[in-house]
Amino acid sequence: MSLKIKDLPIEDYWLSGNPSCPGCPASLGLRLLMKTLGPKTIVVIPACCSTIIQGAYPKTSANFPILNIAFAASAAAASGIVEALELKGRSNVNVVVWAGDGGTVDIGLQALSGAAERNENIVYVCYDNEAYMNTGIQRSGATPYGAWTTTTITGKKEHKKNLPLIMAAHGIPYVATASISYPIDFITKLKKASKIYGMKYIHLHSPCPTGWRFPSSKTIEIGRLAVLTGTWVLYEVENGIFKLNPPSNVLIDRNKRKPVRSYIKIQGRFSHLTEKNIDELQRYIDRQWETYLKLLSIGKIY
Amino acid sequence: MRVVLTGNHAAAYAALLSRVEVVAAYPITPQTQIVEKLAEFIEEGRLKAKYIRVESEHSAMAAIIGASAAGARTFTATASHGLIYMNEMVFWAGNARLPIVMAVVCRALAPPWNIWTEHTDILAQRDTGWIQFFCEDNQEVLDTIIQAFKVAEDDRVLLPVMVGLDAFILSHTATPINVPEQEDIDRFLPPRKPLPFILDVDNPLTHSNMTYPDQTMEFRYRLQKAMERAKRVIVEVDEEYGRLTGRRYSGLLDCYRCEDADLGVIVMGSSAGDAKEAIDKLRDEGYKPGVVRIRVFRPFPREELREICRGFKAIAIIDRDLSPGLGGILYTETLTSLYDLGSRPIVQNYIAGLGGRDISVSDFKLIVRELYRSIEEGVETIPIRWIGVEGVKL
Repeated sequence: MSLKIKDLPIEDYWLSGNPSCPGCPASLGLRLLMKTLGPKTIVVIPACCSTIIQGAYPKTSANFPILNIAFAASAAAASGIVEALELKGRSNVNVVVWAGDGGTVDIGLQALSGAAERNENIVYVCYDNEAYMNTGIQRSGATPYGAWTTTTITGKKEHKKNLPLIMAAHGIPYVATASISYPIDFITKLKKASKIYGMKYIHLHSPCPTGWRFPSSKTIEIGRLAVLTGTWVLYEVENGIFKLNPPSNVLIDRNKRKPVRSYIKIQGRFSHLTEKNIDELQRYIDRQWETYLKLLSIGKIY
Repeated sequence: MRVVLTGNHAAAYAALLSRVEVVAAYPITPQTQIVEKLAEFIEEGRLKAKYIRVESEHSAMAAIIGASAAGARTFTATASHGLIYMNEMVFWAGNARLPIVMAVVCRALAPPWNIWTEHTDILAQRDTGWIQFFCEDNQEVLDTIIQAFKVAEDDRVLLPVMVGLDAFILSHTATPINVPEQEDIDRFLPPRKPLPFILDVDNPLTHSNMTYPDQTMEFRYRLQKAMERAKRVIVEVDEEYGRLTGRRYSGLLDCYRCEDADLGVIVMGSSAGDAKEAIDKLRDEGYKPGVVRIRVFRPFPREELREICRGFKAIAIIDRDLSPGLGGILYTETLTSLYDLGSRPIVQNYIAGLGGRDISVSDFKLIVRELYRSIEEGVETIPIRWIGVEGVKL
């Protein structure tokens, strides 16, 4: 029985009129997250775009409790909340981290790894817009090869760090990738995560019109192309069992994937790429798929 | 109950008696015995608390912040590099006005590696919005940590508190300690009250969201006012604790034989004991010095210090710390407080005991004798003295 958008409550806890950019995937993601998990949720937010888009004191766009915290500290701060609530017998509250890619794959990784190793009862969601967007589009460990940022003006020379697999290597109960363009998949994974005890990690691919240089009406379209080209792969690792999710599960056959060119040609951040660069990106995607197919053949990877 | 405890175990017993609910800590020499003992208390079921075994001090303070924001009474301990590594979160806790208590085993910073006592680590945190205590002995460590929770959680204060104890001299030296009865401490320190800014799904609010320049200064102003109010609260709490246990510590300043003193030695931490012994001996020789031990460094006891220094012809400020390029940190703060005193005493700075070097009773005697000589000769300033450093002699 799969979820439908209309099954979600009409109530919004992430309120409209917030100061996010037009077409912002973070705002959309936070709205879906709160609709899915409901009001018995405490959200920890490190420095990221969501620090700003929740609004400035004394106003807020959030009708749920938020603990804002320093850049590197979100998984640790969430651990403290979880332990305090457990001690006080208030374990029926979801404790969620909502962090950007910089705060997750770079500066926040140590605290996240520690919380994962301790198997803290947290839903950690990284909304990955593939650069430090809040500070003005600087390269992060999650920025893909070739992408222009203000600190890689000729294009990034290295590939994206594969954090979901790093999190899976911690052996935590649940790891999933998701995309803002596939909301049913995202909310299904959130619901599942909220029912599992221990550390849950969801990596949400989040195309950013401002940073990626595309029209604000194209967020969903670009997110879909990321998945359909196989650049972003939807999967989950539940108790160690690796599983591809639709539509990525029908892209095992390389011929069914759209060429990466169709994904990058509509983004300004890739406009300078040469044929050689595009070939390198395509090769990287194909290599990543070889890894996922191996994991699929193993089945239970931990 | 009278037991023999190290300063570290005294700190752990204080946290036990205070019924802390969440502990998050990362091991560092010489703090380890505190967190080992607390882990033991928790695992044996003597203390109903959660212990988060974090992967760094930065995460220790972050976890404590989360737990405190969720309403728990929280405690951690660190030292030296650990304290400096958590610096960002120490500021966060102070600016967030969370009533956290932390034991700081004061230790030198590397390089070169050195695990012995010095106050530069804790004094580097003086601007973080934390109340700072320095202890003279292990009994005071235990009593001050219990008092610290009462001060931190007071509605007029709502500030985190760090309690400093000197590495090894206190942390690893066992002395007989009076451990209060749990029921007495329960009466003195009831469970933490839910504050208006607790994370609560039934009454949602956002903590620490962004402020524009037209709002931020008001937060700092309120923090400053809370620090000012804390002075009175610290004294009240000390008095109440004194009525309960028979032990009190004169609130902010501990003045020893100052009533008729013509000269004062200003000191912090464990070396106050040696200073007092030196002063006793010098009194036998006919001199009339006194010792002023700064017990609370933040809020700085400016008025109290001015009042006591008014009667001195000269003061010696002993800094177990260094602000390179200036001198002692306590010296600077004291001078600032005395600037507009009218007739000021001669003020002399001594850097001593860095990296755990002994400051002996005879060092204190030499210091006091030099000050009397300065008074006689009418010398107003002498260069900063480095006690015990080769080539720098009194």
